[in-house]
Amino acid sequence: MGRVLAVIIWIITLLSVLLFVSGKWWFPEGISSHAPALDRQFLITIVVVGISFTAAQIGLGWMVWKYRDTGSATDRAVYSHGSNRLEVLWTVITAVVFITLGVMGQSVWANLRLNEAPPGSYSVEVVAQQFQWNFHYAGKDNKFGKTDPKFIDDGTLNFIGLDASDPSSADDSVTASLVIPVGRPVELRLRSKDVIHNFWVPQLRFKQDLVPGMEIKVHFTANKVGKYELACAELCGQLHFKMRSYMLVLPEQDIQALQGMPQEQFQARVQELLNQYQLPNYQ
Amino acid sequence: MATMVTTRPVIQKGAGGGSGMPGPNGNGSKRKEPFPEPDGRANRYRIGTWVGLASIAMMFTSLSSAYIVRSGTAADWLPLQIPRVMFVSTAIILLSSVTIEFARRKLKQSFTEAYSKYLLVTALLGVAFLGSQLIAWRQLTSQGVYVASHPHSSFFYLLTGAHAVHIAGGLMALAFLWWRSSRHHSEVPAFVAKRQATADAVSIYWHFMDGLWIYLFLLLLLWR
Amino acid sequence: MAETHEGVHEGVHRHPAPTGFIRKYIFSIDHKVIGIQYIMLALAAVVVGMIMSLLMRLNLSWPGRGWPILETLFPTGAPGGVMTPEFYLSLVTMHGTIMVFFVLTTAPQGGFGNYFLPIQIGAEDMAFPVLNMLSFWVTFVGFIVILLAIFVEGNQGIGEWFASLGPSWAGGSGTVGPIGGWTGYAPLSALGKIAGPGQGAGMNLWVISIAIFCVGSLLGALNFITTLLNMRTKGMSLMRMPLTCWAWFTTAVLALLSFPVLLGGGILLLLDRIANTSFFIPSGLYLTGVLSGSSPNFPLHTGGSPILWQHLFWFFGHPEVYIAILPGMGATSHILATFARKPVFGYRAMVFAIFAIGLLGFFVWGHHMFISGMSPYSAIAFSVLTLSIGVPSAVKTFNWIGTLWGGRIRFTTAMLFAIGFVSLFVAGGITGLILGQSSLDLPMHDTYIVPAHFHLVMGVASIFGMFAALYFWFPKMFGRFMSESIGRIHFWITFIGVYAIFVPMHIMGIVGMPRRFSSFTEYRFLDSLHPLVVLVTVAAIITIVAQLLFYFNVFWSIFKGKKVENDNPWEATTLEWTTATPPPHDNFAGVLPTVYHGPYEFAVPGAPRDYVMQTDSPTEVPRGNGHNGHH
Repeated sequence: MGRVLAVIIWIITLLSVLLFVSGKWWFPEGISSHAPALDRQFLITIVVVGISFTAAQIGLGWMVWKYRDTGSATDRAVYSHGSNRLEVLWTVITAVVFITLGVMGQSVWANLRLNEAPPGSYSVEVVAQQFQWNFHYAGKDNKFGKTDPKFIDDGTLNFIGLDASDPSSADDSVTASLVIPVGRPVELRLRSKDVIHNFWVPQLRFKQDLVPGMEIKVHFTANKVGKYELACAELCGQLHFKMRSYMLVLPEQDIQALQGMPQEQFQARVQELLNQYQLPNYQ
Repeated sequence: MATMVTTRPVIQKGAGGGSGMPGPNGNGSKRKEPFPEPDGRANRYRIGTWVGLASIAMMFTSLSSAYIVRSGTAADWLPLQIPRVMFVSTAIILLSSVTIEFARRKLKQSFTEAYSKYLLVTALLGVAFLGSQLIAWRQLTSQGVYVASHPHSSFFYLLTGAHAVHIAGGLMALAFLWWRSSRHHSEVPAFVAKRQATADAVSIYWHFMDGLWIYLFLLLLLWR
Repeated sequence: MAETHEGVHEGVHRHPAPTGFIRKYIFSIDHKVIGIQYIMLALAAVVVGMIMSLLMRLNLSWPGRGWPILETLFPTGAPGGVMTPEFYLSLVTMHGTIMVFFVLTTAPQGGFGNYFLPIQIGAEDMAFPVLNMLSFWVTFVGFIVILLAIFVEGNQGIGEWFASLGPSWAGGSGTVGPIGGWTGYAPLSALGKIAGPGQGAGMNLWVISIAIFCVGSLLGALNFITTLLNMRTKGMSLMRMPLTCWAWFTTAVLALLSFPVLLGGGILLLLDRIANTSFFIPSGLYLTGVLSGSSPNFPLHTGGSPILWQHLFWFFGHPEVYIAILPGMGATSHILATFARKPVFGYRAMVFAIFAIGLLGFFVWGHHMFISGMSPYSAIAFSVLTLSIGVPSAVKTFNWIGTLWGGRIRFTTAMLFAIGFVSLFVAGGITGLILGQSSLDLPMHDTYIVPAHFHLVMGVASIFGMFAALYFWFPKMFGRFMSESIGRIHFWITFIGVYAIFVPMHIMGIVGMPRRFSSFTEYRFLDSLHPLVVLVTVAAIITIVAQLLFYFNVFWSIFKGKKVENDNPWEATTLEWTTATPPPHDNFAGVLPTVYHGPYEFAVPGAPRDYVMQTDSPTEVPRGNGHNGHH
């Protein structure tokens, strides 16, 4: 029994590790400037995880293999209550490894979250609502028009409650897809109209909740032109699984052109670009 | 490693555990009657009360941290005029703490009649406290301040209400003690110890509710 | 005179054994009966939870496919046999709630803890037997209410009656309950029917059920702590207690300090729902075409903080993870030592590790909220603290392996499950190193790696601890053995099965598959995962079907299992094996045992047998009182 158990534990360990190293399923290609650092931290962590997992399972299997009861009445187990030296040793080693790992991981976090978006960033206001995304662009004047929930009118497609009386809202555009420039810092101002949603583009390697009553700012730089899927990753109700949109990363000149367009033209052009670009080729 | 194979039998079924073995209990006891209550068992009422109070304290900590967080995050936080009658409530509950302490001490000195009397006085003061709180609530509602009026009023009703529920629980315990104190009692040490322990437990609880009220009152009064 | 006599009786003697059926088996104050009641409650609840997981897997693997039986069972939830998204989400919510509260919190602590903690410390019952009975029945009422939350939304008649209670009770959505997940994030959970189907009466009942459950757990925790502090028998010093008792004690402390916070949060949530307060609901919400305050269905709310709910919830929620797993750790330590015929390696370190885990468990709740919008600075503190909780966990693992080292392992079914626990605890716990890092949580949050992680470690590992405990203690509880041959088959299928279910889920998480999606057909980047999704479902079906073996084994063995020949069939050391089988009403038939030895004195050199029971006379055993002997 002991040998069978040991072998099964080892086979499970081997298969689990193989599934991870097979490379068939992994992150989609990262397209944000912080993605390489984050992927590196992930790789380091998962190597530590893999080694610890394998070592523990091999050790467990080995004990089970080796120390079976022989059935002899006189042969007894080793009488030991443990070893303080070993306890200290493995406590210190694991503490050093785990906490080092945790501290290392903070650099990516600090770069992304502990500072403001650099000046000259491209700002988009993201307003989520049950099962739909709204992206609000400031237009030529680089000033977002005022919004207020009392102006929300689904009939006139004013989903974000843009205040028409505010002069800076005249050149604003609102679309259902996110359009951002390549190679330039982007700042998202995240808001929600109803419940908590979550902004999630796997290629960007970050998520952020959109919390009603709060405006949360995040910033990043995308460095590859293309069309990417954008999902809601916080349970927001019945059709949560369908709350999908696209993110278009465009060359700077396309963005400049868009910025000069009035709302209808802006939306039509975005639609055109959406049809033009293809999703990355996932196997 | 020296090993020995012995012929000592394993315990047989139905042997009543240790008593079937030659001396494993080591206490030489051959009694077969129900257990005597070992010394110190009466302490469980005091321990249990403290443990329970830890959990009650946690709940009020969570509610009051919510109060503080909520007061800081919103623009809709309005100051609340705390009804004056709450100072009377505070005086009443402080007094009741004194009377229950008298009750406890009288019991310790075996003055059971005085004990019983002070219990009754404490319980009546507790009822008076609840009545005074109710007046405070009615004063607020007459001003048009309800639970949902604004967050400060929500917390006001919630905190005073939750405290009142706990006071009502204390009143039931007091009533139970009072009912028991009026009956005949034994002077068997275990019984005396148990009676004292339950009285101590209730008084610990009552003092705690007193302290909790002072804390809540100051929170509502000063943290606006 | 009579009264005086009664007083004496009350003060001196504990309660006598009851005779009537109801006092003996239903409203019993005997901790052993209550323990079995808790275990039976968990065995019933887990069936409901498991069927729900099976339905979810079917929906995910074969999207859009109709299952005629589903239409028969849930005409509104699965028209044409295809589940609606809200039906799926209510399964998600109810599976989580029932499993976490009514299975993982009841069986390990209320069940086995109730039955064995008093016996293992040499007490005749819990400190407050009546309170103990109350805590079970309060929990039971909580379970009935959560079942009601399922049916009230699906049934027109009941739904209408509830709707008459007030606007927040409007329901009748035809689903099987609320859809907000077991975490009940506000404002989705706070808004009532307008936020979606199932969020009306079902959600109210969900909150009420959780509040009732909190009260029941608190009563239980109070009792456990007092019993352990006050009722230990002569010689049972703290450091002579079995590790199971340490685990139950720490669990009780965690429950005592964390459930009140959830209770507080639950009260606030309920007030938001039924009294129109605004603790968690911010201003200016706009749902389904209605602005807050512009309609009687959606009253005005101002200024509430959704994140406040998350803080209150996770302050409870993280310790809850340890409430589920610590008793399993205790049982595993206990069983590993018994069947390795060896003292527990590093007993003191094990005790400290349990305490360290319990203590740190209160300071890491923020790792559930890295991306919630809370302060990014506090995320750093939470992250580092979270990784440091891995240290005592690793220490426990090393000590378990150390306990096996040099042993003479007897592979009973209980031992197989205990070894399985160690394997699964490592497999599930180690990925905490990934999820605990705030930066790695950015891509990993709310993907399948999260359910993979917590199902392995707090779900499956805890359950393995309970399987081990049941196979181990069953003979003491019922006087009969569970079938070892069925038990082994049950172990092999379950052990391999759970790995096959949960390891691929980690991969799905890395690819980015979000959890709580009722269908993955909307996203191209998830398409490549479909074979894994089907693999997981097949493994889940096999594993769940294998649990029928377990159920058969339990109920068959109660009546027909092999009878226990003596009171200590496993040749174990602790007090439960010194008393009759099953133990009498007062546990020790009139004489409280006296303890002379540590809990795990196996293989003591020079001792007559390879085990020294805690009650064995000290004169007959030359050594074996020490804790820090060396090899």
